[in-house]
Amino acid sequence: MASGFRTHDQAGPVRTFFAWLVGIIYFAPVFWIVLTAFKTRADALAIPPKLVFAPTLDNFRAVFFQTSTTGEVTGSGVWLYFANSAFIAGSSVLLALIIGTLAAYAFSRYPLKGNDTYLFVILSTRMLPPIVVIIPIFLVFRLTGLSGSYIGIILLYTGFNLPFSIWMMKSFFDDLNPEVEDSARMDGSGDWSVFGRIALPQVKAGLAATSVFALILTWNEFIFALLLTGPETRTVPVAIASTIGGEIGVDWGKLSAMVSLFLIPVFIVTFALQNQLLRGVTFGTVRK
Amino acid sequence: MLWPSSRTSCCATRIACSKPMEKAVNQATLPPKLPPAFERKVEVRGFLQWINAPERRGALLVTPALATLFLINILPLLWSFGLSFFNYRANRLTAPKFQGLENYTDLLGDDRVWERFVTTGLIVSSSVALQLLIGFGLALLFAKKFPMRRLALMFVLTPMMLSFVSVAIFFKLFYDPTLGMLSWFISLFTGESFALLATPAGAIAGIVIADAWMWSPFVMLLVLAGLVSVPGYLYEAAEIDRAPSWKRFRTITFPYVKSLLLLALLFRTIETFKTFDLVFLITEGGPGSTTETIAIYAYRLGFQFFRTSEASALAYMILFVVIVLTSIYLYVVKQRNASEGV
Repeated sequence: MASGFRTHDQAGPVRTFFAWLVGIIYFAPVFWIVLTAFKTRADALAIPPKLVFAPTLDNFRAVFFQTSTTGEVTGSGVWLYFANSAFIAGSSVLLALIIGTLAAYAFSRYPLKGNDTYLFVILSTRMLPPIVVIIPIFLVFRLTGLSGSYIGIILLYTGFNLPFSIWMMKSFFDDLNPEVEDSARMDGSGDWSVFGRIALPQVKAGLAATSVFALILTWNEFIFALLLTGPETRTVPVAIASTIGGEIGVDWGKLSAMVSLFLIPVFIVTFALQNQLLRGVTFGTVRK
Repeated sequence: MLWPSSRTSCCATRIACSKPMEKAVNQATLPPKLPPAFERKVEVRGFLQWINAPERRGALLVTPALATLFLINILPLLWSFGLSFFNYRANRLTAPKFQGLENYTDLLGDDRVWERFVTTGLIVSSSVALQLLIGFGLALLFAKKFPMRRLALMFVLTPMMLSFVSVAIFFKLFYDPTLGMLSWFISLFTGESFALLATPAGAIAGIVIADAWMWSPFVMLLVLAGLVSVPGYLYEAAEIDRAPSWKRFRTITFPYVKSLLLLALLFRTIETFKTFDLVFLITEGGPGSTTETIAIYAYRLGFQFFRTSEASALAYMILFVVIVLTSIYLYVVKQRNASEGV
C-alpha cells in the first residue's frame, strides 16, 4: 500500500527540533481540553491558566455517575448517547460496506456503460451540502414516524457512507493485479468465487481502512443527528453541542471530560491508519 | 455467494448460460415441455440464472448500491428540487401553490442572500488560503525522517479527524473572554479581557482560525505525498549543476506538488463552501448575522422560518456551485492519474 509520506532523507537537528516544536504547538488545543478534563472546577476557572495542578478524576466521575436535575447531560444519559453513537455508526457502516464493496468491485472489474458518469454522480451525492437533502428527508421522516428512530438514522447514514465506501473500495480493487483473478478464472473458478476467494482477501487492509474511516465520519456527524434523532436515539455530538448553548454556567471540566472520552477512538484510529490517511480523506481519489 | 454458482450441474442451470454452443446442446437434451408442476420452480430458478448471467454481473453488483443511493440521496434531491418551485411551508397545512421560478428570482434579488454569499466567500477564501500556506509549510517541515516522526505526525494530523463539535468546543474555550487563553494573553498587554467573537471581523477571524487549524493538515498530507515522491536523483543532478535552491524548488519540487496542491485547493473550497457545523457551533452566525454563511442561512430559512420552498431553492444554488467544483476536481484527478499512469 502506498504510504504517502515515507521518506529516507534524514532531517538535521534543527529541522527535527522545529518539527517537534510545531507538532506540539499544533496539538495544544487538544492537549488543553484533556488537561481541563483533569482539573477541579477552581483550577479550570483559574486566571492565568494553570499548567501545573493536582489532577482529579471528579469530572469523569461526574460525567458517568451523577444524575443532575438541571437538564445537563450526565449520568445514565451519557451511557445511552455513547451506546447510540456506537450502535448507529456500527450498523450503518456495516451495511454501507457490504453494499459498497460489491458495487466497487463491479465498477472496477465490470465497467458499465457510462461507468464514469455513475461514479461522478455517486461522488457528487457525497459532496452535496447536507442542507439540500435534509429538508425533504426531514419531511419524510416526520410523515413516516422515522424521525427519532434508529432505523431512520441508520438508513440515512448508510446512504451517507455508501459513496465513500464505493470510492474507497474501488481504489483498492483498482490497485490489485487483475492477472491473478484471470488465472483463477482459467483454472475454472466462477466469478463469485474469484470475488470471494481471490479479490476480497487481497483487499482486507482496504476493508479495514474504509470501515474505520466511515466509522469516524459517522461518529463525528452532527447536523443530521441534530435534526433527526430524538431523546432516545441522540448521539454524542448532539449531546455535547446541547451543553454549550448557554453562555453562562458551562461546566468546562465536565464538558472537557466528555469531549476527551469522545476523542479516544479518533486518536487510536489516526495513529493506526496513518498510512491510509491520504486515501481516506480524499475518498480514494488520491492514492499517492 | 448467495446465488447458485454457474458450475452447479443441473440441467436447468445451463439454460441461461450465455455460450451458444452449450445452449444448443442443452436445449437438445431437454424435454420439449416441462410438466406443469415444475414450471413455477423453473421460473424462479430461471430468473436467478438470468440475473446471474456473466454479462449482467456488473449491473447486478451495483444495483443494491444504486437503489440505496436513489432512495436516500437522489429521491430527496429531486423532491427538494420540486419543492423549490412551490410556496410550501412545513408548518402550514394549506396546499402548496406552484409559482415557477419565483423563489429563485426572489433569492437572487435579495440583498440578504448576497450578503451571505459574500460572507461565505470571505470565509472560504481566507481560510483556504491560510490552509494552503500553513499546510505547505508543515509539509516542508515534515518531509524528512527524524526520531519519532510518526508520533509527531499524529499530533499534526489529528485535528482533521476530529468532529466539528469538539473543535468548536476547543476554540470556544480558547476565545472565551473570561477563561480563554487568548483573552488572558491579550490582557497581559492591555489589562482588559478580550472578546474576539464580539466584533464581526473578530468573529470571522475566529472561525477562519479554527477552520484553518482543523484543515491545514489535510493540505499538508497531500503536499507531503508530492514531496516524498520526488526522485532523489533529480536533486543530485541539480547539485552537480549547482542550481540555486529557489530554482531547484521551482523546477524540481513544485512540479511534483502542483497537481496535489490544486486538488487540495479544490477539495477544501468545496468543503469550506458548505461549512455549517463549525460556524453554527462557534458563533451561531453572530454577532447579528455577520458570520452567517449561506448554508446556515438555508438552514434558518428551512428550520426556523419554515420557508421550506425558499430554503430548497437556496440549497439548490449551493448545490450548483458544489457540483461545478466537483467536476473540476474529478477532471484534475483524471488528468493526474493519466499523466502518472496510476
